[in-house]
Amino acid sequence: MTIPFAIIALMTITATVATMSLRNLVHCALAAAVAFGGLAAAYLQLDAQFVGFAQILVYVGAVAILIVFAVLLTRGGEPTTEALFSKTWVTGTAIAVVVFGVLAWTIRNSFASQCEITALPDATVKDIGGALMGKYVLPLEVIGLLLTAALIGAVIIALKEEKK
Amino acid sequence: MSGLSETFDQIFVTLKHWLLGLLAPVLPESLLSLASVILSLIPIMAIFPGLFAITTVLERKGLGRIQNRYGPNRVGPFGFLQFAADGVKALIKEDLVPRAADKVIHFLAPVVLVIPVFLAYTVLPVGRNMVAVDMDAGVLFFFAVGAGTELAVFMAGWSSRNKYSLLGAMRAIAQMVSYEIPLILSTVTVIMMVGSLSTVKIIEAQSTYHGLLPDWFVFTPWGLAGFILFMISALAESNRSPFDLPEGESEIIAGYFIEYSGFKFALFFLAEYLGMFVISGLGITLFLGGWHAPLESLEVIPSYIWFFTKLIAIIFVLIWIRGTVPRLRMDQLMNFAWKFMLPLVLLNLITAAIWHFMAPGAARWVVSFSIVIGSYLLLGRALFNNQHLSKRTYRYAE
Repeated sequence: MTIPFAIIALMTITATVATMSLRNLVHCALAAAVAFGGLAAAYLQLDAQFVGFAQILVYVGAVAILIVFAVLLTRGGEPTTEALFSKTWVTGTAIAVVVFGVLAWTIRNSFASQCEITALPDATVKDIGGALMGKYVLPLEVIGLLLTAALIGAVIIALKEEKK
Repeated sequence: MSGLSETFDQIFVTLKHWLLGLLAPVLPESLLSLASVILSLIPIMAIFPGLFAITTVLERKGLGRIQNRYGPNRVGPFGFLQFAADGVKALIKEDLVPRAADKVIHFLAPVVLVIPVFLAYTVLPVGRNMVAVDMDAGVLFFFAVGAGTELAVFMAGWSSRNKYSLLGAMRAIAQMVSYEIPLILSTVTVIMMVGSLSTVKIIEAQSTYHGLLPDWFVFTPWGLAGFILFMISALAESNRSPFDLPEGESEIIAGYFIEYSGFKFALFFLAEYLGMFVISGLGITLFLGGWHAPLESLEVIPSYIWFFTKLIAIIFVLIWIRGTVPRLRMDQLMNFAWKFMLPLVLLNLITAAIWHFMAPGAARWVVSFSIVIGSYLLLGRALFNNQHLSKRTYRYAE
């Protein structure tokens, strides 16, 4: 574990904890944005420029803004007075631990963790673009179709209803 | 290129290497790379805020000229030292924070706003070999850091606990999110043509000359349409007139930074102007050939002089637009982005594809131009006829 990784990890985890424990919903949303930024920094530290920048562009630029807007348009961002921990926190923790255990076990035994890393792949943005347009063009098209459908759906919901 | 002009062209690069050579014996390896980074960043931190200072005076003088008045004319010769007086005023003013404000976020907002704007300069080539970082994903980096400014604007508007500032922030975010789509899609045409996201490679692709004209992308049908769409979106992204609804002095006083005073207010001002410069700089890089001269024989003049000449020319046009075009209404703003700009940038992608796959010659000029002009005319007519305009009636409070 290197020092930059430790700093990034500490920042991300602190921000995530803050996201879950702060009282004010807007503060939570801003802490979430910091956590997204921390994840992007982790990608960048792994030399994944494209993924790192796309993470910032999509999560900080769009998702965080969406969350903030949703908070503003619904509850007005006033701090809640409810208890911080829900009553079923014991069950919740147990489920979280089990899910984490299953995921960790799967990753430990997965194909990716067992193959030897021979050389660092030198993936430029051009290679990623080539792969997206060549080998993975079908999944890309499916995602595109799905997002277009969602977009049209959103427009239809937002349309003014015709007077009968 | 002759020896003397090359010396002048590379003078700052040579200076940096000379300084690094001086530092090399005294500093260890790790500190030396840090020194190299700092030496690349100091010019950015010095020159662009300096340009900001000059631009504020030029803008006020220019607007004054357009509106038939003098503008600042008291400090220094012809009022050109006004920026120094403004800076001193901003520094010594009391820093007011509203009692109900969210203190921490209110303090952080201007800082969070200025940082991404400065970061964006790192991928901007201001001259031959003069870019702080030549990133493989340079243009993507530019837009990624730009995303941070939206959150900062929201932080400023929300934390002030003022209904005008919140309205301003909501307007600003709606506007920035809407215009980011045409902004990014208009750059996609260039990226498709060059096949790279690196700003240096994009300029390299425009470095040749074809008879009298340079091979800048603005001299192609898709490039011209892309450049105009890009500059309109850039205007909207930097919240400048006619897209200055988030600030609209006459409606919501100053929008999201209404509750800021003193130097924090100056930081908002600085971020707005630096954002305008950097996005104009990206427009120059993408469409106007970056630091290349408009004529091959003029390449003897150093590259950075060409970059800044182009930048100042664009700033002049932006001041001119601010002095002449009235502010849009919110629904006009949204309709313009989604019903007019978005179809045009999408059609421009198709134009670029057709241009790429047709053989060079007159035919592709005719086809591409007819798509660009035709779509503009048809869409413009359709939207205009759809408005059911009638004689304006005035209503007064009774």
